Amino acid sequence: MQIIDVLKKYPAKETSLLEILLEIDSLKDNHSISKEEMYVVANYVGVEVSHVYSVVSFYTLLSTEPRGKHIIQVCKDVPCYVNDAFDVRKTVERLLHISLGETTRDGLFTLEETACIGCCDEAPAMLVDLEPYTNLTKDKIHQIIDAYRGVKTSGA
Amino acid sequence: MNAYINHIPVEFEKGMTILDVAKNYNINIPTLCHYPELHINSDCRICSVEIDGRKGLKTACSTPMHEGMKVITNSPRVLNARKTITELILSNHDANCTACTRNLNCELQSLAKNLGIDLNRFPTVLSRSPLDLLNPSLVRNNNRCIKCGRCVDVCKNVQSMHVLETMHRGHKMTVGPAFDDPLNDRICTFCGQCANVCPVGAIMEKDNTDIVWEKLHDPSVYVMVQIAPAVRVAVGETLNQKDGLISNGKLVSALRHLGFDHIYDTNFTADLTIMEEGTELIKRVTEGGVLPMITSCCPAWINLAEQRYADVLDHISTCKSPQQMFGTLAKTYFADKSNMDSRDIYVVSVMPCTAKKYEASRKEFSSFYDLPDVDIVLTTRELSKMFRQMGVDFSFMEEESFDNPFGITTGAAQLFGASGGVMEAALRTVYELVNKEPLKDLNFTSVRGLKGIKEASVNLGGNDVKVAVSNGLANAKKLVDQVRRGESPYTFIEIMACPGGCIGGGGQPYGTTNEVREARLESTYFIDEDMVCRKSHENEMISSLYEEYLGEPNSKLAHHLLHTYYQARK
Amino acid sequence: MTARFGVIDPFSIEDFTNHGGYDVLKKVLSMKGEDIIDEVRLSRITGRGGASFPTYLKMQAMAKETGEKYLVCNADEGEPGNFKDKYLMERDPHQLLEGMLISGFAVGAKKAYIYVRGEYQSAIYLLEHAISEARKYGYLGQDICGQDFSFDIEIRQGGGAYVCGEEFALLESIEGKPGRTRVKPPFPTEVGLFGQPTLINNVETFSTLPHILAMGGEAYGLLGSDFASGTKLISLSGNVRHKGLYEVEYGVSIRQVIEELGGGVPEGRAINMVQLGGACGPIIPEHLLDIDIDNERFEIFNSKMGAGAIIVIDDRFDLFEILIRTMRFFEHESCGKCAPCREGHIQIVKLLEKFYDTMVTKKDYESLVSLANVIHETALCGLGQTSTTSILATVEFFQYYYQQRIRQSERREWVQS
Repeated sequence: MQIIDVLKKYPAKETSLLEILLEIDSLKDNHSISKEEMYVVANYVGVEVSHVYSVVSFYTLLSTEPRGKHIIQVCKDVPCYVNDAFDVRKTVERLLHISLGETTRDGLFTLEETACIGCCDEAPAMLVDLEPYTNLTKDKIHQIIDAYRGVKTSGA
Repeated sequence: MNAYINHIPVEFEKGMTILDVAKNYNINIPTLCHYPELHINSDCRICSVEIDGRKGLKTACSTPMHEGMKVITNSPRVLNARKTITELILSNHDANCTACTRNLNCELQSLAKNLGIDLNRFPTVLSRSPLDLLNPSLVRNNNRCIKCGRCVDVCKNVQSMHVLETMHRGHKMTVGPAFDDPLNDRICTFCGQCANVCPVGAIMEKDNTDIVWEKLHDPSVYVMVQIAPAVRVAVGETLNQKDGLISNGKLVSALRHLGFDHIYDTNFTADLTIMEEGTELIKRVTEGGVLPMITSCCPAWINLAEQRYADVLDHISTCKSPQQMFGTLAKTYFADKSNMDSRDIYVVSVMPCTAKKYEASRKEFSSFYDLPDVDIVLTTRELSKMFRQMGVDFSFMEEESFDNPFGITTGAAQLFGASGGVMEAALRTVYELVNKEPLKDLNFTSVRGLKGIKEASVNLGGNDVKVAVSNGLANAKKLVDQVRRGESPYTFIEIMACPGGCIGGGGQPYGTTNEVREARLESTYFIDEDMVCRKSHENEMISSLYEEYLGEPNSKLAHHLLHTYYQARK
Repeated sequence: MTARFGVIDPFSIEDFTNHGGYDVLKKVLSMKGEDIIDEVRLSRITGRGGASFPTYLKMQAMAKETGEKYLVCNADEGEPGNFKDKYLMERDPHQLLEGMLISGFAVGAKKAYIYVRGEYQSAIYLLEHAISEARKYGYLGQDICGQDFSFDIEIRQGGGAYVCGEEFALLESIEGKPGRTRVKPPFPTEVGLFGQPTLINNVETFSTLPHILAMGGEAYGLLGSDFASGTKLISLSGNVRHKGLYEVEYGVSIRQVIEELGGGVPEGRAINMVQLGGACGPIIPEHLLDIDIDNERFEIFNSKMGAGAIIVIDDRFDLFEILIRTMRFFEHESCGKCAPCREGHIQIVKLLEKFYDTMVTKKDYESLVSLANVIHETALCGLGQTSTTSILATVEFFQYYYQQRIRQSERREWVQS
């Protein structure tokens, strides 16, 4: 995938900036925007590169630093918290042997916290690559991680 | 229209903000992020006031006054809010004031004092970040930044450079260049406008006073100082003078007190610049050289041109700036004449400008032994620091004269500090040289003043020649883009990076507003009017310099010593 | 509004039209703009996104403006505890489109944006499909329904920032900038998107419009209570049996929603506290749950109804851990532009942690209350202005907990020394 193919889909104006950056992020394996890419985007859209950096550093879904192939976002807000009997975050941390904010050594997963994702009626919940997984249990989390790893698990 | 502030009836016109109206009635509402002529950010919320009938508090800087409004600026609720916000700002600020150059000259300190803060309820949450010390002109210390947004506004909107920007979000928000890079990795021209508007010590000029003190007390070194035209009309502002203007005489006396061996006037080499540049212009016009010609004495402009406008480099005059011409002459002509080794000569330059520090460090500005022609540059602010350190009292200074051979100057040279000044000085000489008749009116008022782009038309040798002057980099870009498109109607363009010209430079005393710029300009034109000799080509000392040493303007030797070249960078 | 939920296939425009969809639009297109706005006025509805501003006033201000006008639908639903907009977009997307078409026609706007938070990928997908179907069937684009009315809708994604639910930050985000709020005045109906007059409304607000115009404003206005008209979508979550989305008429009490609709707290536990509206809302004790749901009644909590979330918290949880979670949310989401919000929330969290750790003094308590008030009164935008509502409410309604914690801290210090 070349950036230029992404850029061509959008009008070359400042207002396209966030859409362009979100798409580049979703298409890249390391879910980040590099310095060089920021220059290319800035040039296309017609803004200064400092502006592009300002946008990337502002939004949670964008990153200037490389991340893992799959971004796990665990909800930390009150509705999920009061329905979380077993601590979703700790479960994922233990499974992946990383702490919040870190990436697994094989580069497969990055663990982040997110604000409420609107799945409060099916709490606790988390997102993986912006895909919601709800009514989480310890087993479910195991299955989800395994599925992303490409491993089949038996049992419910 | 009518309203009330603190129960006092006030009259105002539609569209005025509460802050504007309060100012007219001498009702003081403290502010912090507010700066005249910059965008109203209403970030700091310090100017919050109570408005009858409205919930919460509103900021006076951004709220328009309405008919019948009742505003209270001094209730306990308001005072408590201001104190609390200031404490919050202080809790994320490196408040080690005695280690900061802005101590006792800091807007945050003044605010805290005026609000009567004697205790901060909130613990510090500052997470330290490293300083940017990598360029010769400016130092960035984000541990002191209070995120007022002024520097971003100046860099983005006044200078149109977009080097400084707000990054990240919430508590982690910082101000700085893209990628949190150091300034010298970005396109920063070091114009220093950011340093000039910073309310605290987050961006400042690189302080070279310690080195100068060392040299002044080194018996093996012969220290000479040159002082720029824009410095003398502003330095008084820092010394409790009624206005910024300090007479040359007293300035020389004070500098001698500091310990300089010889005290010279950059205005001398400003006259020299006019001779060289005027001749160069005439040559280009008569021999079909590259036109329009653009001035070269502003180092921030040169930084911009080399980094962004490589295609106009051949338009720029090859003349060095007066600062650099001085340095070269000091280490060649003066050294020869006085039988001194140029290695023993230390040239200090006092400038209104932070970019001059970068200029002096350029590798190409070295005549011998890889030693810089201008060894070190001090800004106006650093000079006043040295006066303070010595306890110099200007009321006791005698009137002395600049030293020779670089002491005789003209009114034209003094104009270099003003936007339009270089143009005016050049025209006075070029007109008389080309038309071979004296100018009836020496004052080219159409190129004076704070307007962004100014024009004039002069009759040279029977032709109507158009010239333009711009100040502020955003305006410079407009003229340069015109040149690049091949659409420029001008023959000669003066470009100054700082609004108002050098008198509004990045190294000038704090509090540079348009009102202050006007005052400094007035002093500049006053000095010019007052001088006997007002045209560079009539400076006898300059003529003898040519006779004795350089030959004639643009001679081979003059070219070798006083001209330079430019290179596309990055 | 939820009538078609689960009845129609959100992917199918035909299902929508078979259940009365776009019929109202056809009727509305023969009306005059000012009459449509008048119906909205008679319906008495206020914004459903949290600010509760009378909808017709915004529409009137917009209609008066000249030049290019925009409509923006705020689908950035970031207020914790809320998921109503998500369901509205996922289960009945055309309802929203119809509401926007009606608005656009009434105020003279031709272009609209729906700003959906980036986390709602499913909603984005369904909306995009609905828009392309609507275009195919002539409900969007030029000459809609054969009339001289052009209108089109574009979807924009958010980048993961709650503050972009604030209208000015939202506009900045659409314009391709960081979502930092703007200095006000001017307001969006004068200077909005790209400097043009802009009408911004919440998803739910737009979704009520077809129903208002279908039954007539006055009839709609009879629903609900004296203080607020019509129905409201309530997102019920937390420690309650039947978490979910409920459409209720105003005038229903909080307790009714929790007990009758939600089935009460499971496993025999008791309600400790209830957070209303979202993270920016008050936290109230069990004995105040008989208050009716609407803005006037909520004045006693010094708050508005907000987006309508009800989060039930049982007795396993300490007040302060809930407050810390809530304030950490605002600390993370603050845009950073104004000093009180940017620098204040981290200090609030630190003070609350002292309460949680039972290491707090009376002075800390005074600092907390003072700071909460200052942020509330001086912040530049709605985020800061409402972030400390939970603290100010609990100081009033759970004063005992604060005092108890201070006393415990003093005793602890005394014992240790």
